[in-house]
Amino acid sequence: MTIQYTDKPIPHPALWGIIYRSSTPFWEGIKEKKLLIQKCKDCGKILHPPRPMCPGCHSTECEHIEASGKGTIYSYTTYSKSPHKSFKAPYSVVLVELDEGPRLISNMVDVKPEDIEIGMPVEVAFDKIDDDLTLYKFKKAG
Amino acid sequence: MARKILEEYMNRKYDADIKPKPALNMIKDKTAIVGIGETKFTRGSGRDEMDMACEAIKKAADDAGIKLEDIDGLETFTLDRTAMPFIVSTLGLKNLRFASEVSFGGGAACAVTLHAAAIVATGVAKNVVCYRSLNESSGHKFGRGDGYAKYMLTAPTPHYGYTFPMGFCTPLSWAGAWGRRWMHEFNVSYEQIGWWAVVLREYANKNPLALFHNKPMTHEDYMNVQMIVEPLRLFDCCVDTDGACAHIVTTAERAKDLKQKPVYILGAGQSAPIEQEIQTVYNRPTIAGLFETWYAAHEAYRVAGVEGKDIDVAELYDPYSLGGIMSLEECDFCERGDAGNFIEGGDNIRVDGKMPTNTSGGLLSEAYIHGFNLVNEGVRQLRGTSYNQVKDPELCMVTAGPGVPSSAMVLRN
Repeated sequence: MTIQYTDKPIPHPALWGIIYRSSTPFWEGIKEKKLLIQKCKDCGKILHPPRPMCPGCHSTECEHIEASGKGTIYSYTTYSKSPHKSFKAPYSVVLVELDEGPRLISNMVDVKPEDIEIGMPVEVAFDKIDDDLTLYKFKKAG
Repeated sequence: MARKILEEYMNRKYDADIKPKPALNMIKDKTAIVGIGETKFTRGSGRDEMDMACEAIKKAADDAGIKLEDIDGLETFTLDRTAMPFIVSTLGLKNLRFASEVSFGGGAACAVTLHAAAIVATGVAKNVVCYRSLNESSGHKFGRGDGYAKYMLTAPTPHYGYTFPMGFCTPLSWAGAWGRRWMHEFNVSYEQIGWWAVVLREYANKNPLALFHNKPMTHEDYMNVQMIVEPLRLFDCCVDTDGACAHIVTTAERAKDLKQKPVYILGAGQSAPIEQEIQTVYNRPTIAGLFETWYAAHEAYRVAGVEGKDIDVAELYDPYSLGGIMSLEECDFCERGDAGNFIEGGDNIRVDGKMPTNTSGGLLSEAYIHGFNLVNEGVRQLRGTSYNQVKDPELCMVTAGPGVPSSAMVLRN
């Protein structure tokens, strides 16, 4: 099962890229179906969520690497009641640990809530919602 | 750096070397809570937050035996729908010289008192009122996704952009994700976590202030109630409440001449450890614990010069059961990963148990006033006037919201 949307707009911040400029490359990458992860150019530390300075070496030079899209489920939770008019319950939210290290909140594609397990190998799948919004989802790997 | 902080956290060794010496801490034992007040807790007040705030403040002043015009400082939370100028004009405060608000929702619950104590200890103001007034039940609900989504336009936290579009937009689900991981790593069962709600309801049933007074709930009732966000059920959620709480902080010296037995602020601290976000704190080395609570609690212990084993009664911030349960570990009341076993059957957290906890019914069964009802209950315990009185407690631990920049304090009688 995949998360079901209603005809109401999905909440996403109108000010992305304006008040939170560090997030722009990540979301521009998603539009092109790439998972771009910020990396410190000086010490090589992976930085997620993106930020203007490396907390390890305080460099402001960064680059973006394309993640493999592979990872495992680190945790998950399932809504029995919908918390928001845009989403139809029941649905699950998963926390995926990418092979590169960062953890991303997402949804599973074609997996029922009761079949989700911690440790399940997954890989990224992209979901174009509308012209302004593409989201990264995950499917069972292999 | 991250590794060092993880080691500090995992090994439970709070590194005191780089922190200011407790002897230099000017609030330690120098200030006291001298008055407490609260409105009736309801599911629909029919009043506005300013009205309720004024009532709670007046009651706290009466309780302390000080005149309202002697109040010269106001301290509250942000995300607040009271207006300080209105409160000043309504209460007739003539000498206000300090006013401030602390951010981070429930994480501010002890920070508000800490800031008041710092202001009093340094002589900026004499009598500071700390207050929180909420129409959480009939007005804005912090626990609902729609409410949070409205904040997206001004983005108080940039990180919500990574979670909201996935339908991940309520505090209960944010807790569900770290709670699930904690349950997985430490093999904690649904049955075990149920005891938290059951024992708190027992306390509430004896507390006439509580919203769930005279409303019994058994462990079987708990297991049969619907899941809201797995692994959390309806009875794991705090109770949306309309109401207000206030307490007054003054110097330890002045406190001796007032009406009530003073409750001293022995130590307090705030925290915002690595990879801090507003509740979506999933990029830390581990999420099977509450970093903020551990750091704030240990800073409060360090300043106070006490340890977890010295505490007699605890009022732990439980916006959902797991917040309180996992705090038992973070405050050193049990071993890491053992809180499920610790609360099983409920005896350890009952009034004559190893660590009586949330003795008013807590945020689950007394009221949800962003943790301020926990402070008032801590004061009652140390005065000896709780409806679920622990025998002769000397020290009370109070904590604040987990997952956000948080705070904690140790109170002494």
